[in-house]
Parts: sequence; C-alpha cells; structure tokens
Amino acid sequence: MAPVLETKGLVKEFGGITATNDVSLTVQKGARHALIGPNGAGKTTIINLLTGVLRPTTGTILLEGRDITSLDPHKRVQLGIARTFQINQLFNDMTPLETIGLAVSERLELGGQWWRLVGSKSVVIEESVEILDRFHLADVMDHRTGDLPYGKQRLLEIALAIACKPNVLLLDEPAAGVPEAERHDILDAVAALPKDVTVMLIEHDMDIVFSFADRISVLVNGGLFVEGPPDEVARDPRVKAVYLGEEVVHG
Amino acid sequence: MLTILFDGIAYGMLLFVVACGLAVTLGLMNFVNLAHGAFAMAGGYITVVAVNRLGVPFLAALPIAFLFAAVIGVVLERTLYVHVYAKTHLEQVLFTIGLVFMSVAAVDYVMGSQQQFVTLPSYLQGQINLFGIGIGRYRLLIIAVCGLLTIALQFSLANTRFGSRLRAAVDDARVARGLGINVNAVFAITFAVGSGLAGLGGALGAEILGLDPHFPLKFMIYFLIVVTVGGTSSITGPFIASLLLGIGDVAGKYYAPQFGSFIIYIIMIVVLIWRPQGLFSRAVAK
Amino acid sequence: MSMDKPIVAQARGYLLSRARWSPFEIIFWIVAFASIFFLQSKHLILTEIAILGLFALSLDLILGYAGIVSLGHAAFFGFGAYVAGLLAKHGIIKEPVLAMLASGVAAMALGFVTSFLVLRGSDLTRLMVTLGVALVLREIANRLDITGGADGLQGIVMEPVLGHFAFDIFGKTAYVYSLVTLFILFLVARRIVNSPFGLSLRSVKGNPLRASAIGINVNIRLVAVYTIAAGYAGIAGALLTQATQFASLSVFDFERSADVMLILIIGGTGYLYGGLIGSVLFKLVQDYLANVNPQYWQFWLGLVLVMMIMFGRVYGAVMATIIYVACLALKLSFMQSIIITIIAVAVLGLMRPQILQITSRITERAKAALDGVKAKFRRSA
Repeated sequence: MAPVLETKGLVKEFGGITATNDVSLTVQKGARHALIGPNGAGKTTIINLLTGVLRPTTGTILLEGRDITSLDPHKRVQLGIARTFQINQLFNDMTPLETIGLAVSERLELGGQWWRLVGSKSVVIEESVEILDRFHLADVMDHRTGDLPYGKQRLLEIALAIACKPNVLLLDEPAAGVPEAERHDILDAVAALPKDVTVMLIEHDMDIVFSFADRISVLVNGGLFVEGPPDEVARDPRVKAVYLGEEVVHG
Repeated sequence: MLTILFDGIAYGMLLFVVACGLAVTLGLMNFVNLAHGAFAMAGGYITVVAVNRLGVPFLAALPIAFLFAAVIGVVLERTLYVHVYAKTHLEQVLFTIGLVFMSVAAVDYVMGSQQQFVTLPSYLQGQINLFGIGIGRYRLLIIAVCGLLTIALQFSLANTRFGSRLRAAVDDARVARGLGINVNAVFAITFAVGSGLAGLGGALGAEILGLDPHFPLKFMIYFLIVVTVGGTSSITGPFIASLLLGIGDVAGKYYAPQFGSFIIYIIMIVVLIWRPQGLFSRAVAK
Repeated sequence: MSMDKPIVAQARGYLLSRARWSPFEIIFWIVAFASIFFLQSKHLILTEIAILGLFALSLDLILGYAGIVSLGHAAFFGFGAYVAGLLAKHGIIKEPVLAMLASGVAAMALGFVTSFLVLRGSDLTRLMVTLGVALVLREIANRLDITGGADGLQGIVMEPVLGHFAFDIFGKTAYVYSLVTLFILFLVARRIVNSPFGLSLRSVKGNPLRASAIGINVNIRLVAVYTIAAGYAGIAGALLTQATQFASLSVFDFERSADVMLILIIGGTGYLYGGLIGSVLFKLVQDYLANVNPQYWQFWLGLVLVMMIMFGRVYGAVMATIIYVACLALKLSFMQSIIITIIAVAVLGLMRPQILQITSRITERAKAALDGVKAKFRRSA
C-alpha cells in the first residue's frame, strides 16, 4: 500500500547544527504513528519541515505521492495536512466559535467573501457547533479565547486542526501542560479521531504513546534511531539506554 | 570632481558623528529614537547662542555643545526613555515623535523659524590650496574632527573595558547581565555619549546641513538610512553607510539635480527589502 | 445537526449580533447628517473632519484590522489628491464623483504595487519602508513640472457634483459630498470587517503563524486589505483637492501620516469608529489651539503623544489636559508653559511607577462600579 506521508533523506541544518539528519519516514494511511525521543532530538523540527514552516536543506516530502517539499504552509493545509503546536497558537482575541468557524469557512473556500456577514452561512455554523460540541467547548463558544482555562485552550488547539478536515494530522505534545484533571478530555479527543485520518503524534508521556500508537519512531540527535511496532521498540535495549541515560541525568 | 568627493566625505562624516549614537541605541537597547535629531539641533542652537551672542570662540563652543546635548540626553533617558524600552517599536516611534514635536515647537517659538548661521572665525573661512585643489577650510576641520572622533570611538570600543562591556551588551544583553555587566549603566553612559556626539555634530553641521527648528524632522530619514543600511552590530557599518550617503547625496545633487534626494530613498527601500538587517550587519534583525 | 437545534440557532444569533447596528452608531450618523442643517456655519471645518476621518478609517483598516504599521500612509492620500487635481485641471474627467473614483482606483494601483514592500521584514522595516515610499512620492511631486513643484497644483476649477451641485463658498456642497462619500465607504468597510474576509484579517493580525497553519494565504489577504486601504486614502486625498481646489506638497508630508496615526491612538483601533471619533476630537482641538499660534498646537500635540504612550490612552490624555489647563489657569505665557511642562513631564516620568499604581487602582474601582451598575440594570429589567 502506498504510504500517505513519506520523507526521503530529510536534512535540516542551521549554521553548524544539523537539526534533522537524513530522516526517511514512511507513514501508512490510518496509522497512529508516535514520534518520541529525548529533548532536543528534533521532533518539532520534523513537524515544522512537514508543514512547511521550515524548508529542508535537502530531501523530499511526499503527501499521498505528491511532492510538497517546496509548497507554502497554507497550500499544504489545503492539500490535507494539519498540525497542532506544542505551545498553544490560538487567536486570543477571537471566540472559539469564530476560530472554528474561520477554519471551516476557509476550508470551504468561503474565506475570501467580503460581502457576506460572518454567521450567514448555515453549513459553516452547523459544522462549527458540531466540532465545538465534540470537544466540549460548546458552553464557552462565545468566550474570549485568551480568557479560557488552559485545558479548554488545548482542546481548542486540537479542534482547530480537526476543523481543517485533514487527511494527516500532526499533534505536537497535545497533553503538554494540561492539568491532571483535564487531561482525560484531551486523551479522549485524540482517541476519538476518525479512523481514516492518519495521525502522527509527538509525546513524552509513554503511557499515552504505548496505548495510542501502532508504530513508533525514536528520534535521537536529529536522526532516526529505531522504528517499529510498540512492543519491539519497548523491548529494544538501545532505546532503553537512550531513555535510561536521560533518566539518570535528570534524577 | 575631487571637490565634490571631498564635500561628500565631509557631509558623510558629519552624518556619521550624529547618527552613530542612534545606531548604538538601536543595537543596544532595541530602541528606535526618532528624536535623535533633536539632540543635534540642541547642539547647533547652543553653539549659535554661544558664538553669536556670547562671543565664545567657535572651537570652545564645540565641547559645550557636546556637554549640553549629553546632559539633556542623560536627563531624558533616566526620566522618560527608560519607561519605553520594553514597548513595541511603533510605540517608541510615536513617543519619540511626540518629543520631536515638543522640541520643534519650543525651539521654533523661542528662537524663531529662520535658519541660523554660526559666525565662523576667519581662519575657518575660505579655502586653502592643497595639491592644486581648492579645499574648504571648514570642511577640512569637519573631516579632521570627525575623523579623530571616529578613531577614538573605534579605539575605545576595541581596546577599553567599557568598550568590551558595550560590545557584549549589544551582542546579547541577557548574557551580558549574567556576566555581571551593569547593562543599564552601560546604556545610560552610551546614550549620553551618543547624544553628546549628536550635539557636537549639530554644532559642526549648522553651516553645512542648515540649522532651523525643523532640523530633526528634515534629517530624521538620513539618520534612519545610515542605521538601517549600515546595520547596528558595529560602527564600521554606519560609518561606511554615512560616507556613501554623504558622497551620493552631494554628487547626486550636483550631477543629477532633477533626481534630488529620491535616489537615496529608493536605495533605502531596496536595501531594506533585500536585507532587512542592513548591508553590513552580521546578525539577523531582532 | 439540523438548524432546528437551539445551540446552532444561538451560535448563529451570537455571530450575527456582532454586526448589528448599535444605538450609538445610529445616533452618530444621525448627528453627522443633521449637522448639514444645524451647523451651517461650520461646514468648512466639518468637511476637513470628514476627509480626515476617511483617511483615518483607511489607516485603521490596515493597522487595526491587519496589524500593518505604516509611517507613510500619506503616500496614498497625496497620490489621490494629485491625481484628482490633474484630472480636473486638464479636463480629463470633469465630473467630480467620477474623478474621485478614478483617483481611488489610481491609489489602489499604487497600494497594490507597494504592498509587496510591507510583507517582508519586521515592524521597524515596515515603518521605514512606508516612510520611504511617501518621501519618494513627495520628491517626485516636487520635481515634476506637471505637478507644479513646490508651488503645488493651482488653477483647479471644479465642475458641479453630478452635474447639479456646484461647489459654493460656504462649503455646503463640499461637506455633503464628503460626508456622503465617507458614509458609503464606511458602510462598505463595515461589511468587509464583519465578513469572513474580515475575520481572516483579524486572525492574521492576531497570530499569522496559526492563520497560515489553517490554510489562509496570509500574504494575499494583506495585499488585498492594503490595496483597499490605499484606495480609501486616495479618495480622501481626492476629496481634499476637490473641496479646496488646490493640491500642495503638504499632502505627502510626514506630519500627515503621523497625525492620522495619532488620531487612531486617541480614538482607538479595530472598531472603525476610532478614526472618526479621533478626527472630530483632533480637528476641534487643533482648530482651537492653532489659533493661538501654530507652534502652540504642535507643542501640546507632542505632549499628548508622550503622555499617552507613558501612561496609557485615557490617563495620558487626562494628564496632558491637566498640565495644559494648569498653564492656562496660572496665566502663563507660552514660554513659561514650555518650561513648566518640561519640568512636569520629567517629574512625572520619574514618578511613573507610583503613578501607574494609582491609575490601575482607579481603573479597578471604576470597573467594579460599572459592573455594579450593570448588575442593577439587569435586575430591574
């Protein structure tokens, strides 16, 4: 089966530092693929390369067989790849309803219509409310995003990526910084993602990784260290050494 | 032709002396000070008053202009500017424009809006003949004084403790603080010196640039060009940019008067788009 | 999920209510149009206010809604002014409304061409590049024979508006013409900012990284709004030329760009009325103070700017006013006022931390009081 997302020899250099070192990834459709590794391994850099925020020094990226290496970020979203950010990147002065509504109307290519009023297109509103409801945000849909509690903001962060109806969803530490009491909302939302959406997940929490992923790639110093199904990776002594070493250092 | 080159160099070095304070301020504290020209104006006017009305000898008035502008700089920095460092560039621009309006209006009212001329001593008037070229004595003085100042600046930056503290603070203020450097003190002193130099430049430049209450507004763009084209990570950048600007402006006005200053503006726009951090800057703009 | 579900209806109602006309807006425009009849002697200054308001509105579109900073917005104002002047003077388009629209289109073209300059770089770069463009245009107008150079465009004679309404010396035609133009353009702008396009602009201003991460082509949106704003500014310039039958280099002056920026600071950005309200206040105060002498006005204007940045919009304006009124009450000469003001500003600067503590406490108490009043209204309703 042809992979839905593929990188070939991806390299990213910043001055003298090689942040991404010859990474060749293959992700199958519908996969739940986790990207793990110690801090500074370059996981977010990979996401930035996949989404076009950064351009690779060399290498190619293929989305559903199509070369997207030189495409602008917004074009890649239009082709079906969306991401969330490790630190919330939201529109603080807008409400969740406006935020989701914006993503939906952009996706339906209504974004350029300067003559309609926001709220006049029922199909946009219906879908937006449905998404907000799914992510337990319906009760705060008219609150200012910047005033929402962190957990709700994080849910909005994911809901916003979902509103783009991506074929490939890249989640950068979705549960990061979320208080314990609200974590399960995030995890339920991630687990409830449609089966035909391919998900790549960066995470540090191993419980989440091993309960969610069907394939794990371990990134160390910008390069792919180990890759395989969860039980193989868990048993691999090299992986244990990489993480054990880190645990000893951090006490 | 050589006279034009000579005049251009004098003009450029004058611009440099005035603008280098602005360059360091921007590079050091990321502070956009559109009122920098007001310090030059202050130096110019105190010189006019001292020389024309109080009979102070011209050369003695120059250090007075420096001190006068430096003192104003220190007072302004400690009472007002210090509150605006953390604000956005737009707010800093608006704030300093407000100061410019106040100073322009005040000077216009108090001193009148006509152009002021400094009565130069006789030994500075006219030309001398060097290698068969007529060289203005006054411009020669300007080049000499500005040249000495530039060398002194470069020397103190490279070879004194204060200079290395300043360079460290420009490079990375947080790290510099971590090393124990009192960045605020460095800045206050640098700001005072920069303002003083602007005042000195204004005093020297009254004859060449034209001194009237609208000086800060008229020359604001020139100082900004020096800083943006020259970059803020060294003083060689602004120095070269000033010389190019000075020579270019004088030559342009002579050879192609119908284009006037607007080639300069276009060059600035092109440079800013192509390399937003300046032609000579090492680092990427903050 | 069908439209019958209450929550969907609630969502829709909430969104549409944001675009509904508030009573304040309706009163504002009723008063504006009523002034045609009730303030007949003031039509000249009212025309200036309307033109300035349109110019400020155009800057609000890019600054308040798209986050583009510009120190050279007068470039488009001036360009529109000169195009309108040339169209009239050389009889190319005689009818004022058509000429005004043509000037707007010309300014839009200029805006489109220069929009690419503001897409790259930091805010500081944008400030300088926009400043540079305005200066270039001023120089061009200064040098060309056709624009009259330093003397400006003279000898413009305006035909009647729409073939019927001749420009009169009392400025009534000019005022009605400017006000109607402002109103129509305002309505269009109001629709734009409340549209999905306007929402996308707000997202670009708020978080351009995320905007592009949800599929928005940020650059094209910015080019679009910059072009529209340039057109609005150009029309404002054209109105000025047509109303005064003269166009001078001052239309490109840095002070014009700075003034309209100040107007938005006074009135506030991002809600369209900031430019309009700010223009009214600005012009009225300017008219009052500039009568004393022009430096007087510039000095106090500078003070307001300094105070507003240091202490915030409201408190800054209040403090500047207190200083001014104090100088008046003490019957100080301008010279004395200058000295006292400089000392006052320095002292206030030194005491800024303490002053900010006091002002934030006042704001807290005021907010609490306001909430209390609101609660009382809800209970009695």
